Amino acid sequence: MANPFQAQNRRWMVTAIPYLWMVVFFLVPFFIVLKISFSNSEIAQPPYSPVFDFLIDGWDETLDKLASLTTDNYLRLIQDSIYSSSYLSSLWIAGSSTAMMLFIAYPIAYGMARAPKSWRPTLVMMVILPFWTSFLIRVYAWIAILSEEGLLNSALTWLGVIDEPIQILSTNTAVYIGILYSYLPFMVLPLYSNLEKMDDSLIEAAKDLGCTQIGAFWRVTFPLSLPGVIAGCFLVFIPAVGEFVIPDLLGGSDTIMIGKTMWEEFFNNRDWPAASGVAIALLIILMIPIMIFQTNEARQQEAGR
Amino acid sequence: MSAKALGPVRRKFAPWNDSSAVPLIQIRDVSKAFGSFTAVNSVSLDIYEREFFALLGPSGCGKTTLMRMLAGFETPSAGSISIAGEDLAGIPPHKRPVNMMFQSYALFPHMSVEKNIAFGLEMDRLPKGEIAARVEEMLKLVKLEEFAKRKPHQLSGGQRQRVALARSIAKRPKVLLLDEPLGALDKKLREETQFELLDLQMALGMTFVIVTHDQDEAMTMADRIAVMNHGQFVQISPPAELYEQPVSKYVADFIGDINLLEGRVTKNERGHIVLGSEVTGGRIEASGETVAGLGDKAWFAVRPEKVSIDLQPPNDPTVNTASGTVWDIGYVGDISVYHVKLDNGGTMRASIANTRRVVERPISWEDKVFLTWAPDSGIVLTK
Repeated sequence: MANPFQAQNRRWMVTAIPYLWMVVFFLVPFFIVLKISFSNSEIAQPPYSPVFDFLIDGWDETLDKLASLTTDNYLRLIQDSIYSSSYLSSLWIAGSSTAMMLFIAYPIAYGMARAPKSWRPTLVMMVILPFWTSFLIRVYAWIAILSEEGLLNSALTWLGVIDEPIQILSTNTAVYIGILYSYLPFMVLPLYSNLEKMDDSLIEAAKDLGCTQIGAFWRVTFPLSLPGVIAGCFLVFIPAVGEFVIPDLLGGSDTIMIGKTMWEEFFNNRDWPAASGVAIALLIILMIPIMIFQTNEARQQEAGR
Repeated sequence: MSAKALGPVRRKFAPWNDSSAVPLIQIRDVSKAFGSFTAVNSVSLDIYEREFFALLGPSGCGKTTLMRMLAGFETPSAGSISIAGEDLAGIPPHKRPVNMMFQSYALFPHMSVEKNIAFGLEMDRLPKGEIAARVEEMLKLVKLEEFAKRKPHQLSGGQRQRVALARSIAKRPKVLLLDEPLGALDKKLREETQFELLDLQMALGMTFVIVTHDQDEAMTMADRIAVMNHGQFVQISPPAELYEQPVSKYVADFIGDINLLEGRVTKNERGHIVLGSEVTGGRIEASGETVAGLGDKAWFAVRPEKVSIDLQPPNDPTVNTASGTVWDIGYVGDISVYHVKLDNGGTMRASIANTRRVVERPISWEDKVFLTWAPDSGIVLTK
């Protein structure tokens, strides 16, 4: 008979733990947010209705309450252009900074992977080191650098490059700088771990068969590093789309990103249902890149790399 | 083409003895140092067209470094290398008339078998039709027609080895460099592939330079073998000469199995050498020449298969004899190797071909035996 400590059952128990974790910390909160996104905004505590309590309500009232759920929040997302422009602007900012990041991070990762073996741990350390300081503090530090009386403007004035301070803080440029700076390790590390594993003899073989150094890079190194490129891009793109702190601290009033819009719905307007709708819609939008990312990871594991 | 048909052609091939022959590859006083370590120490070598040349030596002897200098992946610290009269100094790997088959095969994992083979041809910007025809020819040559669309990771080790070979000969290089080409194959496949490589080299008329640490591989395939140690050539000879006339104890010991009997030269005249040796309890008669003077230390080197083992002492008391006790018997299948503890100290090995199925050995453990060998069965070495 079923003995819970038989090997078969024990194995089931081990796999159950991550599933349980997912249910408690992802699925349950997700359904709460999903439910709120279909609720009506109220000036009350909590600030939405209906609030279900099956024990008090009983069957009839629960059914009534279910009928009062609404898709208004989602209709509003489509109708009100502030949302669509927020989404588009977020996707644009995240996408273009991911592309810029690739251009910056690839040479860094390539250089690290080509560096003498004894240097590499130090170089990796230098990439990770900023993480030891709070993210918030690092973004604040950029305010000190980018503001009109900040380090950058003072340095440029002192060098005679500019006569008057230029406005960088509170512009989209500052947001780009912030994202590029903050997410750099997420791009560098997957690229580095991919490039570092690459067999040097492949490059030698390409050269031996008539490729120049540059030709060997484009025909062998780069195609083989694509899994690293894809991993890095999504690790930057996905969190950057929903970024709130950077646009809030470094961006100006004209910087609209969906994370900021969501924050405003929650805290300024106290409209939880609308904010939840924004969040769910964002999740659905990001589902596509996340799925591409997962497929890429699975394919990489299959290829045993 | 079969190996049989080509056999006699190969036997007559010896351009290194022909003073008018012009070598294809000329290596002159080449050295390579990595920091304070000298990997290759002032070596010179001629390799001739259509030759199958083996660089043989233990790991770290400099054989791979020498090959990488031929391919252009390392630059000599001193000396010069030329192929077909053209000095290779400053010519990058992609412009050299050599191709290399890598030890790891270095197949491009993101390309199919046919794309791998076509790679070098595409680099040469050959017309599409010609590339396709050449790829097909190569696939046929290595018997991989059905695997053209596969990726390297979908192939077995032996198939990958063939793809690597096809890719490296597709450009029809003057010289093909092979870095431990059979190292990753199992024994049976390795032996088969050795003969296939030989046939292929003959059929293509290419010059092959192979790096290996496996003496059997070098002996089977090569026209000449250069034995390397500590960045220098110890001996460059055809296989049979290397085996029968090693120039030093190092070569004798590295190639095959050998008994080295120490002694002092007591007589050295007109091809007749006598060593006074405690090992045999007296003297060793040897034929041949030696540079050693009277009283010099020398070694008589004799292969185990040339030593006879018997339970009875020899009738002729002048024959070379050592007596001892059988200490161990190594049964290898085709031969049995007898390890004999000599009465005067030291050990000797004698091997006997098992021409009959061994039911009961006439000679067994702890038997008192007599080892005998002819004066011309070995060679006198001085170093």
